Amino acid sequence: MSFTRRETLLMAMGTAFAAVVPFKAFADVDGDIAAFTGGAEIGTGGITLIAPEIAENGNTVPIEVDAPGAVSIIVLATGNPTPAVGTFNFGPLAGAQRASTRIRLAGTQDVLAIAKMPDGSFVQATQEVKVTIGGCGG
Amino acid sequence: MADNVTPRVRVPREAAAGETITIKTLISHPMESGQRKDGDGNVIPRSIINRFTCEFNGEMVIDVAFEPAISTNPFLEFEAVVPESGTFVFTWYDDDSSVYTDSKDIAVN
Repeated sequence: MSFTRRETLLMAMGTAFAAVVPFKAFADVDGDIAAFTGGAEIGTGGITLIAPEIAENGNTVPIEVDAPGAVSIIVLATGNPTPAVGTFNFGPLAGAQRASTRIRLAGTQDVLAIAKMPDGSFVQATQEVKVTIGGCGG
Repeated sequence: MADNVTPRVRVPREAAAGETITIKTLISHPMESGQRKDGDGNVIPRSIINRFTCEFNGEMVIDVAFEPAISTNPFLEFEAVVPESGTFVFTWYDDDSSVYTDSKDIAVN
């Protein structure tokens, strides 16, 4: 089996593209996490993220985050072109550190929620959501 | 940019002092993500509600930063403590620098 010059070039481009694209997405997620936590270590427990296992329509996926006592919660959709979904800051009159909303997901991916606790520690929860129809246009 | 933006809020009329109530808010808004393209392949510019706040008698209940990944007609449900009779003020901030507000009174009995 031999390849022409054109085929070889195409394959090389494809490989480079495949290698660069996911890396960029992860870099965005890491950047968003670092911007929120300032590089602090993230624990688990004390935060609940409720999202459907299967979402038929990625345009409107109901999610709920609940982290008793948290100061703020950030939600990231790790597989979206821009992973940030929203930041919830709770004031003194918040009855519970809980909020629910509807989000867009481009495809099947992990949704990540990180809560900042009053003592400066961070906890996270993830939930995989399988999306049948993606929700980012295109 | 966004036409017919109507906020809708559901708050109980009355509550006991110190009770935690659930508030539901919805605002009709296209939340154009800036990722979509029109029929000619031009990117439709981003136009979203980027921030929502809820205050009770001037004290903060919740302050949320929205990103383009929030669905059309952003819905938000959260909980608030009602220490006394007063007014909830809800504010939505649009990318085009419009500000939409709504307010609801609640009586403590």
